[in-house]
Amino acid sequence: MARWTKVKNNTKINLSDIPGMGIEELKKQIIEMKMRPVGFFGKDWGFGCVRLFVILADDANSDLYISSAIFGPNDKSYESITQDVPSFHIFEREFYEQFGIEPLNHPWLKPVRVNQDEYQFFEMEGEEVHQVAVGPIHAGVIEPGHFRFMCNGEKVYHLEIMLGYQNRGVEDMMLKNHSGQLAESICGDSAVAHCIAYSQAIEVLKGIQISNKSQLIRKIALEMERMAIHIGDMGAISGDIAYLMGAAVFGATRTLVINTMLDLSGSRFGRGLITVGGVNYDLSDEFIEKAIKTFDKVGKDVDRMVKTMLKNSTVMSRLEKTGIVSAEKAKDIGLVGMAAKASGVELDTRFDFPDKWIKELDIERVPFCGTGDVYSRFKLRYKEVKESICMIKKLFEKWKEYKEEPLVADGIGNNYIPDAMVISTVEGWRGEVVHIVMTDINRKISRYKIKDPSFNNWYGLALAVRNNGISDFPLCNKSFNLSYSGNDL
Amino acid sequence: MIIKLLVNLIILLFVPFIMTGLINKTKAFWAGRKGASVFQPLYDFVKLVKKDFVVSKTTSAVFNIAPVFAVASVLFAGLFVPLATGNAVIITPGDVVIFAYTLGLGKFMMLISAMDTGSSFEGMGASREACFSAIVEPAFFMLIASVMVLTGIPTFYSLYGVVSSSGIYGILVAVFAVIILFIMLLTEGARVPVDDPDTHLELTMIHEVMLLDNSGLDLALFSWANSIKVLLISSLIACLIIPFNIPVVLHILCYLLVAGFIAVAVGTVESGMARIRMPHVFEFIFIMSSLALVVISLVMAKVFGG
Repeated sequence: MARWTKVKNNTKINLSDIPGMGIEELKKQIIEMKMRPVGFFGKDWGFGCVRLFVILADDANSDLYISSAIFGPNDKSYESITQDVPSFHIFEREFYEQFGIEPLNHPWLKPVRVNQDEYQFFEMEGEEVHQVAVGPIHAGVIEPGHFRFMCNGEKVYHLEIMLGYQNRGVEDMMLKNHSGQLAESICGDSAVAHCIAYSQAIEVLKGIQISNKSQLIRKIALEMERMAIHIGDMGAISGDIAYLMGAAVFGATRTLVINTMLDLSGSRFGRGLITVGGVNYDLSDEFIEKAIKTFDKVGKDVDRMVKTMLKNSTVMSRLEKTGIVSAEKAKDIGLVGMAAKASGVELDTRFDFPDKWIKELDIERVPFCGTGDVYSRFKLRYKEVKESICMIKKLFEKWKEYKEEPLVADGIGNNYIPDAMVISTVEGWRGEVVHIVMTDINRKISRYKIKDPSFNNWYGLALAVRNNGISDFPLCNKSFNLSYSGNDL
Repeated sequence: MIIKLLVNLIILLFVPFIMTGLINKTKAFWAGRKGASVFQPLYDFVKLVKKDFVVSKTTSAVFNIAPVFAVASVLFAGLFVPLATGNAVIITPGDVVIFAYTLGLGKFMMLISAMDTGSSFEGMGASREACFSAIVEPAFFMLIASVMVLTGIPTFYSLYGVVSSSGIYGILVAVFAVIILFIMLLTEGARVPVDDPDTHLELTMIHEVMLLDNSGLDLALFSWANSIKVLLISSLIACLIIPFNIPVVLHILCYLLVAGFIAVAVGTVESGMARIRMPHVFEFIFIMSSLALVVISLVMAKVFGG
């Protein structure tokens, strides 16, 4: 273990403390440690060298482990880690795409977000097998992505998802001119989560301590985002199975939540609320009173609708045993967040890497025993909505104690701590949002790495639809509700 | 006679729009919305007719003529069904067969026009539609044939005689017949729980997906033909419910009432239940067949058992 540095979430790491070793040795140790990858990315290390950083998470003990390996100008390949630890598959593909260092014998070495022209689809042959190509332009107002199904009649043997149409080069933009606004637009439905992750990272690198009050407001906004999107998704799932009542009720309820966000921040999705050093808008006693009333109503409406809905046998026959991802598979391919929890793998950054409020407010993790089908993902959303309402109420109470504190911390300079790194993780509604930021000796940001949970989870969707009817694909897709732009960056 | 014919024609051409509008209104009501006007489908039709249309380069003549066949087939089939005034234009033994296969012709044209586009979605929709129709057809024939045996009339008019002529057996047969025809209406009309007319998800569609490449007038004709078909099946249900020998005006009123009631029923079913998973749709449509078998046994009991 000596060759790994143990670090915490949201703390400064000196680059000089990060050990380095040969890639062979690194691979051996990764296999031995049996931990979940959180980061696996390269950085130009000058003179044609590339330094590969690997961050593993020990969720049980709230620790992160970091180590690295250097590739010389002539090292253009290495034995892939995916062969032994499958959850590295997408990370290695991304590393290959960004730095051209090939993981040899990688079972699925395909483009992640660029060079789609060279994409080779997996093909099955046989008289009865036919291909269905969907997208990149879809019906309805959704993002672009291409889906290729290998079917036999109605049954899907294999689905391949090709993304990258939304690639905007966010990581590079962040280097040039980073801002909260940019972080918010990484993935529109997780604007709050991404902006918190960004702000936390910058605050650590600038050595800013933000007030308790703004920490609480951030947490409240994060939970409100979770509630709003979960309720919206429950409506979308109802819509996909043509259960109109659910679609109508959840749609209306979601509006109540996002309108509360509008009251707070002037944006229904919480854009512009969070800033480096704190938050831009404060709560007030009137707001809290009104919000509690609204959330009580939301809780009651959602309760009633879910109960009615799950009593309906036609609904249950659509949701149950559709799109199953077993816990074993979920662990293998490295699902995170909601998709993992629904499969019975408890991964939740809020509890795995708790901040002081989780302890202080006595918020307990309630495990969710899911079977990984669409029903589990629906039920999990319901559970999390209820938990979020409870949590928000506790946070409101706590806010009253710190009412007088400032919104934004003083003395935010332009200088960063030199030669440092920070790993900032936030549990967005979809799963862990990770921003990793590095500075160089000139006190400039030299690497900005973003990982949206969609990046891990798209492959889960591909597994979920195997052996299901092709007509159930939209339902499976909606139950994951992954982000295209979060993956494409 | 001419007046009756005109009334029937007007009702056949325009009531389908209002029925669709009423279904949508009912759905809006259950969802707690105000909903669009019941005339909205008519406005949409006019809008589509005014629009230009795009034809894919991969299609052939089949694609162009199919919409005309679709409308012509339902209108021709409509000649044999007793409509609003209780009269059919053409009364002939075996009208049931002509009715079913004329509708079949329209459907066949629609299926091959969908295949003609070469899109994988449309082929999928066509295969689903063909499959479901194949199950509907025998049940429909079993039902009508038993009714004919029961009443001894070899035309659609036999439906009128069911309740009045055969006592308790007749009432039972009528109840089952209404259920069978209602399921047929949901299937043929592409409604929930068989199909979802509101979805935008190509992979789950049946009827709509076959029309993906149609636009403008073609699309208008296909949708219109489909709603006329729904009205024709409702007419059969109306025949079972409305007594035969009542004044014409009263008959028209009852007919419209039945059509309206069916629209509300369809809307309510659509609001109250989710769509069935595709493999289970067969089981749902097979309800028709099993009920038709019950009808056959009831008729046998009545005719042979005394």
